[in-house]
Amino acid sequence: MKTENQRAWFFVLPVLLLVAFNALIPMMTVVNYSVQETFGNNLFFWQGLDWFQNLMRSERFHAALGRQFMFTGLILLIEIPLGVAIAMSMPRKGFWVSICLVTMALPMLIPWNVVGAMWNIFTLPDIGLLGYFLNHVLGIPYDMTQNIFAAWVTIIVMDVWHWTSLVVLLSYAGLVSIPEAYYQAAKIDGASNFAVFRFIQLPKMKNVLTIAVLLRFIDSFNIYTEPFVLTGGGPGNSTTLLSIDLVKIALGQFDLGPAAAMSLIYFAITLLVSWLFFTLMTKDDAR
Amino acid sequence: MQKRSIVTIAYILFLLLPIYWLVAMSFKTTNEILSGFSLFPETFTWENYAVIFTDPTWYMGYVNSIIYVTLNTIISIAVALPAAYAFSRYRFLGDKQLFFWLLTNRMAPAAVFALPFFQLYSSVGLFDTHLAVALAHTLFNVPLAVWILEGFMGGVPKELDETAYVDGYSFPRFFVTIFIPSIKAGVGVAAFFCFMFSWVELLLGKTLTAVAAKPIAATMTKTASNAGYELGLLAAAGTLTIIPGAIVIYFVRNYIAKGFAMGRV
Repeated sequence: MKTENQRAWFFVLPVLLLVAFNALIPMMTVVNYSVQETFGNNLFFWQGLDWFQNLMRSERFHAALGRQFMFTGLILLIEIPLGVAIAMSMPRKGFWVSICLVTMALPMLIPWNVVGAMWNIFTLPDIGLLGYFLNHVLGIPYDMTQNIFAAWVTIIVMDVWHWTSLVVLLSYAGLVSIPEAYYQAAKIDGASNFAVFRFIQLPKMKNVLTIAVLLRFIDSFNIYTEPFVLTGGGPGNSTTLLSIDLVKIALGQFDLGPAAAMSLIYFAITLLVSWLFFTLMTKDDAR
Repeated sequence: MQKRSIVTIAYILFLLLPIYWLVAMSFKTTNEILSGFSLFPETFTWENYAVIFTDPTWYMGYVNSIIYVTLNTIISIAVALPAAYAFSRYRFLGDKQLFFWLLTNRMAPAAVFALPFFQLYSSVGLFDTHLAVALAHTLFNVPLAVWILEGFMGGVPKELDETAYVDGYSFPRFFVTIFIPSIKAGVGVAAFFCFMFSWVELLLGKTLTAVAAKPIAATMTKTASNAGYELGLLAAAGTLTIIPGAIVIYFVRNYIAKGFAMGRV
């Protein structure tokens, strides 16, 4: 039982001040820009909600948003089932567990631009391992700087390489927390493998899977560095995801007003979808 | 059982292939890289690494990154510990709202904050310092650290606190000498996540620095565009960025699986 104690606020105060400094001030700056127009020299003019209205009608924004949802959707559809499957096939004890955990966590600890550069080197058509293999051994013409489909496959495979391990580690943690007695009981009842998965393993993994889905949604929806380094958003605009487009507008063209309006809508969508996932996945617990 | 482990082995091979290619590339000469495909370095060279370890613009990048990552981990854990304790032990006005608001910051796209952060840290005179990057990264790390630690603290029975007070411990003494050691694994996991995010993030690190505190990741992108396309050098620099992460993960490997299961993570 938690006790009521208002002095607990003092414990939270450092966090509150730090996060407020980092979140509220920049957020207010963004809100401020989003309703103004500037021509440089620190001159600002009131613009009202024009930027938001323009954005709602902007085909460029709609296209980037569409690509972003497609990317995130594919990532979730591939990484979550794959991660669960790999976690179930991992050894539960012994020497190999450490080896598996360390190697699997490795991609997550590589700086994001190195991940992009690494996949760039890996997929170069004539001198990269994958590019050479596809082009010269299998005879499949592959060049992600020219072909939109190839570029998409490459950024998806790169993200699967980069982040599936997060789902694996979380699911694995859920799996090892299941007592052996559950499996013995299932064996006595003659339960099939699928039944064991459906009625024992899946429910036990539900909490960690909720976290996995949420984190994968948030991070893939906000992704910037890796696809930017790998494809630069091309060919054309085909892999220009939301963050890449936003940075282009804000730091490239210095259109502060439109960029700020886009930032707010971007953040709002992230929050809304995260909240939806969270509510849907935890609604059974509330009962 | 046999069929099962094939999945794991195939996955690990898939993970290691691009890493192998990066490492192999870092031992090749630029000539060999550009002249065509070779599975192993034919003329094995340490040249690329020699450049990195003798040129200050290169090796200072690593030093800078390590400084701000360490600073960030220390600050994040230091402020998150008392806050997580408050959330796990007490009810107070607005506690649920505050917790949720903290977590929403984890959801903010870093791209949204790039420009405002630049202006904020310039105006307080912290631009191009390690502290600026460390503080900026706390926006994403503190909420996660509070969340992880709160999960671990919830697993410690409240009787521990009460017994300590009965035994005459003051709160700070109890917190530091008894409570924190009892959630060591949680602190390890939280620190790991802080380290991980701060080490791999580039957009904010690059925006908030110019020369004095420039992270290695930014040095790499600049070199890549300036000096033409020195793939071998780039590969060597990339290989070196993997090492700190590998060391950290080796130390926390036993906590990770346990930590995820115990905490609410």
